[in-house]
Amino acid sequence: MFDYLTYVREGNFPHIWCSGCGHGIVLKSFIRAIDKLGIHRDEAVMVSGIGCSSRTAGYVDINTLHTTHGRAIAFATGVKFANPKLHVIVVTGDGDATAIGGNHYIHAARRNIDLTVLIYNNYIYGMTGGQVSPTTPRGARASTSPFGNIEPPFNISGLASAAGASFVARGDVYHAQKLEKLITQAIQKKGFSVVEVLSPCPTAYGRRNRMASPVTLMEWLRDNCIPVKKYEKMSEEERSGKIRTGVLIDIEKPEFTEEYRKLVDSMQVRG
Amino acid sequence: MKADPQNVLTGAHYLDGNYAIAEGAIAAGCKFFAGYPITPSTEIAERVSRRFPLIGGIFVQMEDELASMAAILGASWGGKKSMSCTSGPGFSLMMENFGLGIMLETPCVLVNVQRGGPSTGLPTLPGQADMMQARWGSHGDYEVIALAPDSPQEGFELTIHAFNLSEKYRMPVLLMTDECVGHMTEKVIIPPPEEIELIERRYTDKKPGEAWPYQENELISPMLPVGEGYKFHITGLTHDYRGYPVINAEAQAENVDRLMAKVKENVDDLTWLEEKDVEDAEVVVVSYGISSRVVQPAIAKAREEGIKVGQIKMVTVWPFPEKRIRELAGKVKALIMVEMNYGQVYLEMDRCAAGRCETYICGHAGGTVHDPGSVYSTIKDAVK
Repeated sequence: MFDYLTYVREGNFPHIWCSGCGHGIVLKSFIRAIDKLGIHRDEAVMVSGIGCSSRTAGYVDINTLHTTHGRAIAFATGVKFANPKLHVIVVTGDGDATAIGGNHYIHAARRNIDLTVLIYNNYIYGMTGGQVSPTTPRGARASTSPFGNIEPPFNISGLASAAGASFVARGDVYHAQKLEKLITQAIQKKGFSVVEVLSPCPTAYGRRNRMASPVTLMEWLRDNCIPVKKYEKMSEEERSGKIRTGVLIDIEKPEFTEEYRKLVDSMQVRG
Repeated sequence: MKADPQNVLTGAHYLDGNYAIAEGAIAAGCKFFAGYPITPSTEIAERVSRRFPLIGGIFVQMEDELASMAAILGASWGGKKSMSCTSGPGFSLMMENFGLGIMLETPCVLVNVQRGGPSTGLPTLPGQADMMQARWGSHGDYEVIALAPDSPQEGFELTIHAFNLSEKYRMPVLLMTDECVGHMTEKVIIPPPEEIELIERRYTDKKPGEAWPYQENELISPMLPVGEGYKFHITGLTHDYRGYPVINAEAQAENVDRLMAKVKENVDDLTWLEEKDVEDAEVVVVSYGISSRVVQPAIAKAREEGIKVGQIKMVTVWPFPEKRIRELAGKVKALIMVEMNYGQVYLEMDRCAAGRCETYICGHAGGTVHDPGSVYSTIKDAVK
């Protein structure tokens, strides 16, 4: 059996996540991914923001920086530039990355800086008790949308793709092995890479939206997350309510720290 | 340690304050700059963007000041000396991650080229009205270090000093200049590298597994390098010496006490005052930055008239030179604070005077330096 314990800070457990939360599955998928890639734990840096997802940083035994709400990507930009050889992984949530941190998210994608961003999308602000987030589906209830959400949600992956990310994938915590593969590919990619992970929240989201049982949420993921290839073959009607998962964008473009290094090198020659 | 010769433009230059600050940062070994354009500080970023690629430094224009401050903290933890510069509106945005820098105990330098406020205020004209924001602008209890240059020459020198203090005390240091100094062009002497003393980052000498981001019972802990086996955790949450969050009153007291103690217990080391004719003075004019130059003709005129006026220039504004002000309050008739605001640092001076002498504020809303005549009038009022 895979030995997760060598990758975690046992002293910091039990974790803060509620029972039925999918975040632990993302943590384990991430651990398997870096193990598979043979990344030495010291070569990886995890930068996180604020929220349930961002607490991941406290549990994984690598270099971990737990920063301010929404700013993890900006903080990580400094870490990556100061130390381009490190694998810098940002762990964030839907509110952290696309509301308060939305500007940093799209600009890092535009620059195509070599960061791997894992966005735990649970459709809600979980840690503060279930407020409506930029990804809460229309009609869904939250503590601050008690009559149903009237705002349309963001498409997190679409946002990164449009802004210029070189790798964008969507996975979910039901399909954990697939998730591990997506995280592996994202880390390997030289450039701004995003994995949006659907990791619904039974406590703050499910209970308000007739999916209180974690099993119901898992079944919902099982039934509605459709691999890209299958999704493409489906009719418009069949696609309704379904979520496309897998690698959505994988392109080659110049990477920011690399481009800066070239600039520095050219200046030295001209000297 | 001495400055690296490749970073130092030794010689006599004709530079404005902003360029001089950029050269000071480069001489101090700053290798990462993140910023966002804002008048009247932008020339610092422009100079750095041109100079950094030549010396292997990294310049990034971020999407806003929130990101700029976050990025310089990240780069500092990545091992680079880092800085940013801004002015009022950007300074407000930076307060969020300035607090993170204080909490994580991260060396870096933040320059505020002050303009008139509040809000967008006077982008192209000077002010000194961010001094209390510098002291208290981020939430929570903490101490800060803030320096105020009075000229391009001091802009160069104090930037180096700011980097040194940030490494020594392992915290962000503020350089509180203003539009006037920023855009004033004067002779700046950049000394040879061997005459520039630098304090370099202190890293732990303990082995991985034995070292924590904050050593137990140490006021200022050496830092841990990233990527060399330490695998440490740091957080903006209240934390213990290991860097892990602990959410209770005891941990809070220990954490915040340390942040405050490292400045409070070193006020004497941090205090930098320049005094003139204070020994026999019955009135002392206290000021900082550009205002400490503007007061000089007024003081000279009053002295010609036989009024015993002394001057104190505060090079370090925060921590406030409490001890010296208390001492003087027992000796002089009056203390006058001259600053381009309606009395911010004055409040501290008045508190320290504690009713033992008269205190006066000679201030205005900003937009121009003081008319020396207003300073002279205040001196006359004080000796009446």
